[in-house]
Amino acid sequence: MSVSEVCFQLKGSNITSIVLELKNYPSSDFLNQLQNKVSQAPQLFADSAVVISLEKFSPDSVVDFHALIGDCFEVGLHPMAFRAVADELLDAVKQTGLPVLPGAARSASVQEAGEDNSAQEQPCAVVGDGEQVEMSLEAVPSASQQGDIPPEPEAVKTIIETRVEIQEKLVHRPAKIIERPVRGGQQIYAEGCDLIVLAQVSEGAEVLADGNVHIYAPLRGRALAGVKGDSNARIFCQQLEAELVSIAGIFILSDELKDKAWKQTAHIQLKDERLEIAKINDK
Amino acid sequence: MAKIIVVTSGKGGVGKTTTSASIGTGLAQRGHKTVIIDFDVGLRNLDLIMGCERRVVYDFVNVINGESNLKQTLIKDKRVDNLYILPASQTRDKDALSQEGVEKVLDELSEDFDFIVCDSPAGIERGAQMALYFADMAIVVTNPEVSSVRDSDRILGILQSKSRKAEKGEVVEEKLLVTRYNPERVEEGEMLSVEDVKEILAIELLGVIPESEAVLKASNQGSPVILDDESNSGKAYSDAVGRLFGEEIEHRFLEIEKKGFFKRLMGA
Repeated sequence: MSVSEVCFQLKGSNITSIVLELKNYPSSDFLNQLQNKVSQAPQLFADSAVVISLEKFSPDSVVDFHALIGDCFEVGLHPMAFRAVADELLDAVKQTGLPVLPGAARSASVQEAGEDNSAQEQPCAVVGDGEQVEMSLEAVPSASQQGDIPPEPEAVKTIIETRVEIQEKLVHRPAKIIERPVRGGQQIYAEGCDLIVLAQVSEGAEVLADGNVHIYAPLRGRALAGVKGDSNARIFCQQLEAELVSIAGIFILSDELKDKAWKQTAHIQLKDERLEIAKINDK
Repeated sequence: MAKIIVVTSGKGGVGKTTTSASIGTGLAQRGHKTVIIDFDVGLRNLDLIMGCERRVVYDFVNVINGESNLKQTLIKDKRVDNLYILPASQTRDKDALSQEGVEKVLDELSEDFDFIVCDSPAGIERGAQMALYFADMAIVVTNPEVSSVRDSDRILGILQSKSRKAEKGEVVEEKLLVTRYNPERVEEGEMLSVEDVKEILAIELLGVIPESEAVLKASNQGSPVILDDESNSGKAYSDAVGRLFGEEIEHRFLEIEKKGFFKRLMGA
């Protein structure tokens, strides 16, 4: 270890977090509504860091922010910062010890929608999932929300639609899982995800995925991974006897496969425009 | 409620009708009221194998079209109690089989019978798909050679994607019946072994029927080979029927028959 080695590095980074948009507090209903909201998607909210936005918040009495934070913890949310704090609340917020982030630039559509809701039933808070909070050193928040909020009876609102690029980062597309043999003449395509096949893929059958292909049985037919061009996609199979394997359009036929991991557990990936076939657990 | 068994293969000439006749007869011999339906509309073979071709008056298509009722159309077997044949029409083609029509007939038969054996035509077209659509179980007849095995694989795919059970998210029971098995030719590498076929198709083995002149003889005589209890093929079919009822019977006729001491002595 050299003496001059740096102990740390400061970096800018984006963190996606839930934003709790407070409408009014204290309110006897706040905790109730929050519990209701969280119970609708417990896994989504479990132990999530949350930014409390005070943009829509204009209290008419003294606010106990400690109690607010306590309420959040009670339902499993972990407040990590306040955002868009009005000057008159700044002192009270700072007492909580949580940092204060500048307000977010919001899109008009959300504001309209938010106002519609507050006119209808005056919700305590809007919980927007997946909003992006910029934590970079430059601290230029650019989070924005789009989409309308459908009128719901509860006071705590979830803003479902956020920026599309964030959605893609957030939402995990579950793999397509096939438990029965894929027989000759059949074709299975896992669009936008991985394909997992638990039974054999017969000669004359074809399995395709935009992601990886896993086959926990003999592969005698054709397997194509990354069919939309993902060159990082791979093929895994328990017994390689394929007619053809292809990744991102680059394929090889059984003749060539026969000198590789034939009839063995194999792992196929693309390296330098060539398919590389390796045995798995080859000891 | 009857259990509907389809005898299918994809490929032609592998022994579907022979199998339908023998399995159906075997089920009836065990006291279960059984009907064998010939789905091969336009060709009509089952009645020949069963030896009742002269007694065909009405047929399956007549029943579907309401031109005759089941009582008039079903042919009762003269050798085995509880066994009936529903013959195919020779003058129509497979388009005469409508799904609703077939379903209506099967529903009516279901009330009365324990087993309905559907003898599928070859191919994967409409006739074959009609025969397998309502099946609870499929007996896939396969010869030990690559093209037959490949066609069986194909028909298994259709079975598990285009049958009524598949549409309901259920699974049709699959049984493998290897026919025309000749251990000597397997040894010489001219035929796939039972193990090879099992490995490729990966379904439960119901039976192995040895290649035998008895089958041809029985067909020409219009008598299901299972009734020839002297022949190895007949015995093998009886074993297969037993296994359908969960009996644990060891597979036989898989090895080359050792010539007996006296036979060798006589040079036979």
